[in-house]
Amino acid sequence: MHKPQSVYFFATCLVDLLYPEAGLAGMQLIRRAGVEVIFPDGQTCCGQPAFNSGYRDQALAVARAQLACFRRDIPVVVPSGSCAGMIKHHWPELFAGQPDEQAALGVADRTFELTEFLVDVLDVRLTDRGAPTRIAIHTSCSARREMGVADRIESLVAQLNKVEVLIQERKAECCGFGGTFAVKQGDVSGAMVKDKTDALRAVGAERVISQDCGCLMNIGGAFDKQGGGPLTQHIAEFLLERTS
Amino acid sequence: MKANPDQVEAFHQRIDEALHNDQLRRNFRSALTGIMARRAEQFPDDSQLQALREQARAVRAHALVRQPELLEQLEAKLTGNGIQVHWAEDTGQANAIIHGILEAAGARTVVKGKSMVSEETGLNHYLEERGVEVIESDLGEYIIQLAHEPPSHIVAPAIHKNRREVAELFREFHPDIPYTEDIDELTQTARAILRTRFAKADAGISGVNFAVAETGTLCLVENEGNGRLSTTAPRLHIAITGVEKVVERLSDVPPLLEILTKSATGQPITTYFNMISRPRQRGELDGPEAVHLVLLDNGRSRIRVDEELLDTLRCIRCGACINHCPVYVQLGGHAYGTVYPGPIGIALEPQRIGLDKVGTLTSACTLCGACGEVCPVKIPLPKLINRLRAEAVNEQRTSTPLSGRGSLRKPGEAAAWRLWQQIYGHPRLYRLFTLAATRLRGLTPPRLGAWTRYRSAPKPARRTLRELAHREGFPNE
Repeated sequence: MHKPQSVYFFATCLVDLLYPEAGLAGMQLIRRAGVEVIFPDGQTCCGQPAFNSGYRDQALAVARAQLACFRRDIPVVVPSGSCAGMIKHHWPELFAGQPDEQAALGVADRTFELTEFLVDVLDVRLTDRGAPTRIAIHTSCSARREMGVADRIESLVAQLNKVEVLIQERKAECCGFGGTFAVKQGDVSGAMVKDKTDALRAVGAERVISQDCGCLMNIGGAFDKQGGGPLTQHIAEFLLERTS
Repeated sequence: MKANPDQVEAFHQRIDEALHNDQLRRNFRSALTGIMARRAEQFPDDSQLQALREQARAVRAHALVRQPELLEQLEAKLTGNGIQVHWAEDTGQANAIIHGILEAAGARTVVKGKSMVSEETGLNHYLEERGVEVIESDLGEYIIQLAHEPPSHIVAPAIHKNRREVAELFREFHPDIPYTEDIDELTQTARAILRTRFAKADAGISGVNFAVAETGTLCLVENEGNGRLSTTAPRLHIAITGVEKVVERLSDVPPLLEILTKSATGQPITTYFNMISRPRQRGELDGPEAVHLVLLDNGRSRIRVDEELLDTLRCIRCGACINHCPVYVQLGGHAYGTVYPGPIGIALEPQRIGLDKVGTLTSACTLCGACGEVCPVKIPLPKLINRLRAEAVNEQRTSTPLSGRGSLRKPGEAAAWRLWQQIYGHPRLYRLFTLAATRLRGLTPPRLGAWTRYRSAPKPARRTLRELAHREGFPNE
């Protein structure tokens, strides 16, 4: 795909309310590459929380409300593997047989996870201006398995010559977030995030970087509750900070 | 239909017990880490793996589409080969058929090869209640039979026990044998005990991995030779399997076998692979005089009608989804409380038993996708689990064969999602909501139920991204 003139940015509800700096950094990275970034005002949520909890009618109603925001035939960039995965892989199922199915399929087709877009479409070149540091990368399960873009965050970080990437034990294992899973199976989720934070501590990283704020909220929240740990940060903020 | 009110509570209780058993969790973590590494070693080339998965998927999917005619062909071929075929609608029928065969043959002692379908029917208990002595001959099954426990894994039934726990069991049941924690010595002990049983048993009972319609061949995959002994030493052999195990041709077996053993235990091939075609013929030196096959439906035909749920039946019972499940590794198999644990259990058991009975299993999944990624026949497990979640809370969907639909719907939860829809489905309301949440962020509750038992509470930012984007001059269309 050629570099487009404009893209839509789909913030996701989590980023809009809890991690706006991550979203803003993503938008700035794209704008810096010479692409206009449109933030449609009417956007809210992809519908994933309800979809994964079995409430498909509610998920459909909320997903449907997004369609009007992304009408033009330009890419939709999402700073989250799981929300991008929801649109790309589950909207077709959710909208199947609905009058607006074609519109939903159209959006799904044009949807990119942020690191995927930065690498595959913009082919960004990064110059590291930061101090030497050691980080660990936690790739979300949806970025890894649903979107298949786990290597994009790795290749972006690999461009930063003063950043050493440490590899934690059981890197590909789920952190235990899973949306409402963290509430419905709170103790199992707690055991899982404990294993994840133990592995991240053991590897000795100064920061944990991810492309998904859900995982970061889980892992960072657990570090905080445990009395501190590595800084957790979204990849967009990390890249912007290292290259500005 | 309402859910059995105890199922949620009972599941949480079992989870609680499992999470507090540190030894159990260490046993699982250590065993599964090894199994995953051995599997990965068998598939160094991802494109070859994907090609093999696709081939295996196609073979199984094809067999399911043609299942009724293939079963007829299988019955005809087996009968022609001298193997007697029995059909069982449900577990009760299957058990009664097997007991009837044993009784008619005057068989009082049985050696069993590993069979998950017999766990499904509760066969051991049924036979023991009727005075038949049943000895499990698979080492893992033998261990848990001593411990009076169900399997905690479909391939490695005693995976929850470490060698010290096994040694303790052997000391308890075989006090005359010197105590040892050496795995080889323990295995030799079990082998010596089981040898005498094989020689004396009146009948052998086994499962089946693939039943070939073209030739009337029952394939049995195993590592210990106990399957071969169970099916050849006694004068009577009874095989039991689910109707979905039928495949069309003999040439379908090699790709399935290859991906089964590699996925299950990380072996290029198992130590034994048995192909059973007929009872002992005149002039042959060994083999059973009579061979029976019991084909169990037990809800499978009902599942097969739904074009999405049908995929569940592709399963070849390798256990790879279980081995790679990040929830199973924390809990082990017993916490699930069903015959089949882990992702395949979450997908299959509510279909088999009913959402009102075990639908709550679907909550024990983060939808991380690790199971679907390793499944050798590409069962979309996360998709199926998500579908079952929807069926469990929605009474309106009618075009499904599931029982207990809507039984897990809770009025409070449903109302919360409707409120969520009102806010997130209406951009103006959403803006008001986020405005309030950011401006009143100081009022965010510091405790949020289960979430804050293990994490601090997330706090809304001072400004939403929408506000920041405007401030930074990004167009809003």
